[in-house]
Amino acid sequence: MTEHKLTCGIEIHQQLDTKKLFCSCDSHLCEEGHGSCYRRLRPTTSEMGEIDRAALAQFQRNLGYRYQSCEGTSCLVELDEEPPHDTNAEALATTLTFSEMMRARVVDEIHFMRKIVVDGSNTSGFQRTALVAMNGSIDVNGRDYSILSICLEEDACRKVESNDAEVTYRTDRLGIPLIEIATGPDMHDPEEVMEVALRIGTLLRATRRVKRGIGTIREDLNISVPGGARIEIKGVQELRMLPVFVENEMKRQNMLIRVKGILNDRGTVPVAFEPVDVTNIFKTSASKVIKGALSDKGKVIAVRLPGFKGVMNGDNGTLRLGAEMAQRARTKGVKGIFHSDELPNYGIEPEFVDQLRDFLGMNGEFDAFAICAAKEKRAKDALEMAVIRANEALVGVPEETRDPLPDGTSKYSRPLPGAARMYPETDVPPITITAERMQQVRDNLPELPEEIEKRMVSQYGINGQQARQIVREDKIDMFETLASMNGMSSVAATTLLNTYGELETAGVDTSVLDQARMTELFTMLSSGAFAKEALPAIIKEMAQSGNGPKAAVSKLGLEAVDESEAVAIIAGIVAERADFVRSKGMGAVGPLMGPVMGALKGKLDGKRVSDILSQEIKKIL
Amino acid sequence: MSNKVVSDNAVSIMSYSDETKRFLESAGASEGCMVTLETDGQTYSGKVMPHHEFSAPDIVILKMKSGYNVGIRVGPDSKITVTDRPVDHERKEMVTEEKKGLPTIVLIGTGGTIASYVDYRTGAVHPALSTSDMINAIPEIREVANIRAKVLFSIFSENMDVCNWQALADCVAEEINNGADAVIIPHGTDTMGYTAAALSFMLGDVPKPVVLVGAQRSSDRPSSDASTNLMACAKFCTQAKRAGVYVIMHDTGGDDSFAVHNGTRVRKMHTSRRDAFHSINATPVAHVDAAGKVEIITECRPVSDGKAVARTAMEKDVVLLQFFPGMDPEVFGPIITGAKGVVIAGSGLGHVNSNMIPAIADAVRNGTVVVMTSQCLNGRVNMNVYNTGRDLINAGVISVMDMLPETAYVKLKWALANTADAEEAKRVMQTPLAGEMSDRREF
Repeated sequence: MTEHKLTCGIEIHQQLDTKKLFCSCDSHLCEEGHGSCYRRLRPTTSEMGEIDRAALAQFQRNLGYRYQSCEGTSCLVELDEEPPHDTNAEALATTLTFSEMMRARVVDEIHFMRKIVVDGSNTSGFQRTALVAMNGSIDVNGRDYSILSICLEEDACRKVESNDAEVTYRTDRLGIPLIEIATGPDMHDPEEVMEVALRIGTLLRATRRVKRGIGTIREDLNISVPGGARIEIKGVQELRMLPVFVENEMKRQNMLIRVKGILNDRGTVPVAFEPVDVTNIFKTSASKVIKGALSDKGKVIAVRLPGFKGVMNGDNGTLRLGAEMAQRARTKGVKGIFHSDELPNYGIEPEFVDQLRDFLGMNGEFDAFAICAAKEKRAKDALEMAVIRANEALVGVPEETRDPLPDGTSKYSRPLPGAARMYPETDVPPITITAERMQQVRDNLPELPEEIEKRMVSQYGINGQQARQIVREDKIDMFETLASMNGMSSVAATTLLNTYGELETAGVDTSVLDQARMTELFTMLSSGAFAKEALPAIIKEMAQSGNGPKAAVSKLGLEAVDESEAVAIIAGIVAERADFVRSKGMGAVGPLMGPVMGALKGKLDGKRVSDILSQEIKKIL
Repeated sequence: MSNKVVSDNAVSIMSYSDETKRFLESAGASEGCMVTLETDGQTYSGKVMPHHEFSAPDIVILKMKSGYNVGIRVGPDSKITVTDRPVDHERKEMVTEEKKGLPTIVLIGTGGTIASYVDYRTGAVHPALSTSDMINAIPEIREVANIRAKVLFSIFSENMDVCNWQALADCVAEEINNGADAVIIPHGTDTMGYTAAALSFMLGDVPKPVVLVGAQRSSDRPSSDASTNLMACAKFCTQAKRAGVYVIMHDTGGDDSFAVHNGTRVRKMHTSRRDAFHSINATPVAHVDAAGKVEIITECRPVSDGKAVARTAMEKDVVLLQFFPGMDPEVFGPIITGAKGVVIAGSGLGHVNSNMIPAIADAVRNGTVVVMTSQCLNGRVNMNVYNTGRDLINAGVISVMDMLPETAYVKLKWALANTADAEEAKRVMQTPLAGEMSDRREF
């Protein structure tokens, strides 16, 4: 068996379009938050009666959290001032339906848990989450991928701002139901990752109960390459970026494997962290960074890195351990570090670098060093992190959680979390799922997207490409309502796809064109209240003014003309051009359509106009 | 120090069906065991969790490796094998040395949310965290005082009764007389106001601070208000140097402001908020801020070196009645007549319907002390304003100004047991003893 060049699993978090999971609040995001409720989150004692020391240290640093409320989208439940209400029935039903679509085994009784999270993003200090189904699978392009678990859980607060002492969160997002789908580590190609994610997203949308738009679906990637380690990239929002993240992570891990090989060949050994104050050397440096730090009562601190030369930034920039070290150092609040592979640069002149190298005694073949200019404690902490990271390179790729960056790369976020601390959510009663209920779910599974497409082609006579687009843009309900009016299916398709598309391209907000208004508009159209040709103009007017169809039609003066009135107008035009008509005979119909339609201002259906015109022409021939 | 701990009769309803119970027992699959469970064509591995009160009788709850609990239905064809048995971890008892020069605070545990915790091994929630566990969870409290902790009860406060109040008052007096500089009593919040009032009357001019404290979120949650409330208690006890019985809880929904309430003036005014406790008809005695700074608002007795005396006698036959429209003398007349003391939470300024008045007059003639308070809670009773009120005065009902109905109830029990006759009890009821009433309320 050949070893795969990549092993990847994904975890998808999809917001559901229901009320919140444990209260009756609306589940949209708000532009503004008000209030500022101050809270602390204290690490709780472990099963051994002990407190996690790192967590306690964080608590004793007096880090506090402030929570903003939002009208309509947060209540006492979000503020942790009231116990959770019953689990939202619609969210649960959607999760059961989706689990069945994933051919997963739904548990017989659902138990909500408290997953401890003490970064403040949950007011309670935990996230409520329940395992709903396991052992599913999904078919993508003829291949089977395993679905390990499907969970129903609460979304967290949004971070608004933070400083050294406090983090401010907004509670509008807290409690929005999320379906979390975890696949097995079955993907071995970057494009494949996107294909699987796309298919899961499509099936989620087929439930018709999921939110749409940026931020409503988030992917976590678990990536490893042979000889590398499991890396989690958390919170990718754009599906089409998935292959880029995967490829960049593969490159990064393979680069680190190369670095390890080089270091091991050299016999590099772990470096002891021994910070040296080298401020005196840099007293006269003109470097902006150094001058800035020194004028702020900072110091320049250095560490020796024997054996690390050329891997921090080397081989034409393909070896980049230095970037990893800098990312780690930044977690201590410094802007960055400088290492010897990149100096002289950044305004640090060669003579200072040479002086520093001599002072540190780093003149051997592979000797290197790094410096940091900041307040003394901060600079030392940062360099300690850098040294730790450098030493990890001797072992290989360290397991970690990384944050996605807009350019498709990622940066260090934190070590991989250990096993989650999970306790029962005793405020939420367990939910027993009977065989009868699951049968009901099975009997009412939503149509799959490809099934809807097929049905629409045969039922409404639109083409396959239109059907696909309607499904992809989730306009199925509106299309079917409009298309089911007599003879309207092709107009409905053109309108929803082309007219909407043009408006959206022109930056017009089409959200006011809801189903109720469009139904009214199409009812007017089918009763002949205006001509089909006038549709785009009316819709544009509705979208721009926010008016209903009646007001829009009357504002544009597009009320259909009486047929006798139309006949009179057309007869007039034909009479005016009687010579032309006589010379062309019935061939005059085509050339005259333009002026006639112009005179009628699109108030009468083109087909009808052409009929009347033909009649009038016959009359004078 | 008595070692006897009174606990709730916590026989959990492990409502397995007989078949499920036999199924588990035959395999020796008790709580905490790692098992492999085969059922309905699926195989599950996990740790057996306690059965939930609301779980279906044929459901076995397993904690999966991921930490999630799931309920699995077992039937005649299910198979279970135990793969590992739980090992009891010995919990480390933290031993801390007392620091010289720090005051001594004794914590007397009674139970309630503040002492609730999740058993991390089984995931079950227990109503009793030992008082020392509670303190160990807040190491910084030892910077403020030397803490000695004991558990007197382990019950939810709705199960507190007069005997518990009496035992608690005796215990507080004993600790103070043994040298405690302050006593903190973690307590369930539902009836904390009643206990605070009972201790206020029983302990009279207690020479040290006695502070009741609760939590609206249990101690096992990172967001619990238990530790910040306890810390505020320690700060108040060591800095304010005020004697008396107090309740300290959050003053707002945030963890940065705490109110110190007089024990006879405080009432739980919300079912779930952290700032549920309010002083009614009085301002809080003091505020404590996030940094632990204490600001005294109402002057009160300074601490002294006197002895604490607990006068714990209480009359059993006292009832607290809430008036409601249509209150029927046929139903309530016998109750009033049968009691030695009755507190009525009347409407408005202190009223009941006219039909009830003859029954009340009969009871008073029969020797029952009837005390009027108001279900408005805010404001003073005044029975001079309307006919009904004047009729009640003529019937022999006494008013206790702006005293809370619950405080009046507790005080009447105490007054009837600690006086020679009904007339003296009435005089006691109308005399402020522990700040429980006043004749002035500022706008």
